[in-house]
Amino acid sequence: MTDRHAPSTAPGGAVVETTDAAQGLIKSMSPARLAMKRYLHHKGAVVSLVILLVMALFVLLAPLTARYGVNESVFQTSAERPNFNLPPQSFAWFGTDDIGRDLYSRLIYGLRVSLMIGLAAAIMGTLVGVTIGAIAGMRGGLIDDILMRVTDVFLAFPFLVTLLVARSFLSSIPWLEPVIGGITSVRFVIALFVIFGWMPVARLMRGQVLALKEREFVEASRALGASNTRIVIQHLVPNSIGPIMVALTFSVSGAIVAESTLGFFGYGPQPGAGQTSLGNLVGQAKGALLPGYWWLVVFPCVTLVLVALCVNFIGDGLRDATDPKLDMGAK
Amino acid sequence: MRTTNRHVRRRGKGVGVLRFVLRRLFWAVPITILVTFLVYVALRLGTDPLASYLRINQRASDKKIQQYIETNGLYEGFGGYIRGYFQWLGGFLTGEWPRSIKGSREVWPEFKDAMFNTLRLGLTASFIGITIGLGLGIFVALKPGSLRDSTVNTGAFVAVSTPPYVSALLLQLVFAVYWSRWFGNTLFPTSGVYPPGNQGFDLPLMLKHMVLPVTVVVIQVVAVYARYMRASLLEVLNSEYMRTARAKGISERRVLVRHALRNALIPIVTVAAIDIGAILGGLIITENIFSYPGLGMFFLDAYGNGDFPQMMPWMAFFTVTVILFNLLADVSYAWLDPRIRLD
Repeated sequence: MTDRHAPSTAPGGAVVETTDAAQGLIKSMSPARLAMKRYLHHKGAVVSLVILLVMALFVLLAPLTARYGVNESVFQTSAERPNFNLPPQSFAWFGTDDIGRDLYSRLIYGLRVSLMIGLAAAIMGTLVGVTIGAIAGMRGGLIDDILMRVTDVFLAFPFLVTLLVARSFLSSIPWLEPVIGGITSVRFVIALFVIFGWMPVARLMRGQVLALKEREFVEASRALGASNTRIVIQHLVPNSIGPIMVALTFSVSGAIVAESTLGFFGYGPQPGAGQTSLGNLVGQAKGALLPGYWWLVVFPCVTLVLVALCVNFIGDGLRDATDPKLDMGAK
Repeated sequence: MRTTNRHVRRRGKGVGVLRFVLRRLFWAVPITILVTFLVYVALRLGTDPLASYLRINQRASDKKIQQYIETNGLYEGFGGYIRGYFQWLGGFLTGEWPRSIKGSREVWPEFKDAMFNTLRLGLTASFIGITIGLGLGIFVALKPGSLRDSTVNTGAFVAVSTPPYVSALLLQLVFAVYWSRWFGNTLFPTSGVYPPGNQGFDLPLMLKHMVLPVTVVVIQVVAVYARYMRASLLEVLNSEYMRTARAKGISERRVLVRHALRNALIPIVTVAAIDIGAILGGLIITENIFSYPGLGMFFLDAYGNGDFPQMMPWMAFFTVTVILFNLLADVSYAWLDPRIRLD
């Protein structure tokens, strides 16, 4: 790859010009700047980041951007002027649903809940996964064998089935209820995703630990008397931060899609006990299909795919950015 | 000299593979038992078989309830769970499966029918999907960075990010609901294997019912395999031995087929075996939307009723399938790739 920045336009600071014969052609950059450059090279990832930021802005400013409340009908219904199942028009940009609520406003509120579920589940699942993977990799032995074989099976199982069985199981433990809430709450769904989200991260972290733990810098720090915990936190985690971030990103979109899947089958968080999420809105599409209310099908589906796609693209861009093998622009 | 050397290496490889398979088989049995036991405990605690029995058969006599508890081994306490699990396992292996909660029906005949329906859908979709996917992957990998490359790549990314129910809903909306409004007749039916009331076997009618569900699964499969094939083939094409092969003066066609494609397919075989769970998972969702009477419908119906005697064989069947295919993936990888060392 050729360097797109001419030396004169490159901002100073991070860029250090060498006093080489080929002055201005060879320069060194900090790893973070290199990663940034590689990320910006991935067009899909940049566009996705912009789209997602705009969406995040809409969602954060929900009371201003939404035109109606989440459970508010567009106007009082009457026999001559019903407010339900109206196609898109000026007072309801995306049409109204079966009880007269504005779909556009509901999508914004739904996206807010879904993004929160995705972020919370992914961050917690990654933390748990890194911990378990590090323990398995450092300790090895029988625990490691059993852990990896069992996660093999759970990862290969159809996701929906695992989720449904785990869902019933979690709801049957009475002392968990104060912690994770009832079976229809948002907290419950997050807990459910954390319980399954750690597995891929744990496998990844274990692989990283196995690859890194025999390296000289780890040996050196062990010789200086560092404990396993210190080695993991100070050396192994920072050295694997790239793959971990990529896995984290993909688990965000994984959790958002999984929540919608549960919602589609009617097993997601319920609007009564929890809050309206994208899963609820996608689930409503099923009933709107045969009568032909296309807006109730198309808009929630497109929103879901758009969010999942943007997050996945960002993950892909991050993978490029943190992969030193793709060292474009370094020389 | 050269042949003997090769012979020795081959035999060494064979013994290695055998030992490897035996070691993995040795692991497979305890893992199967451990996973089915975990599933057993999760299902018994989670779906409470006794409560669902009482909910569905509200006028059951005490004698019937007692009989149900005994045939299913629903004993209480930690020891009771272990005893119940082994009673279930014994019954499962000897073919004496307890009857379903709802309507007290035999589980196996329905399970078998559902399995064949799913196999028909799954095999058709996998075959079409893998063929198109690999073809697209090769087509694209030969010109990396071109317009067709980025088009297929982006398309595959969109397809991977689209859950099966979304594509199913959109397809149904266009080809069933709106098609009949625009043109007067539905192009493809949206549910079942046959229209209600149809008797006997009718191939064209069956195929017509399979078009939409197969399309939904094919979209997923194509996207996954096109990406795998592209990545795998690109890696091979950039390797040193490709340059060697070209330097030897072998024709480009032969280089591609003999050297590149063969080596690029090795990781794909492994992926195909592991992916069985993902394909089946997609089928579960697809079947449900199209009311297709396969294993997915079977499970979701059983889950909805809390039907423990129906769910347990299903889960056990899947556990064994998944473990077998994982094993198959490892073995085929070890067998196909001479660079893999087994111990």
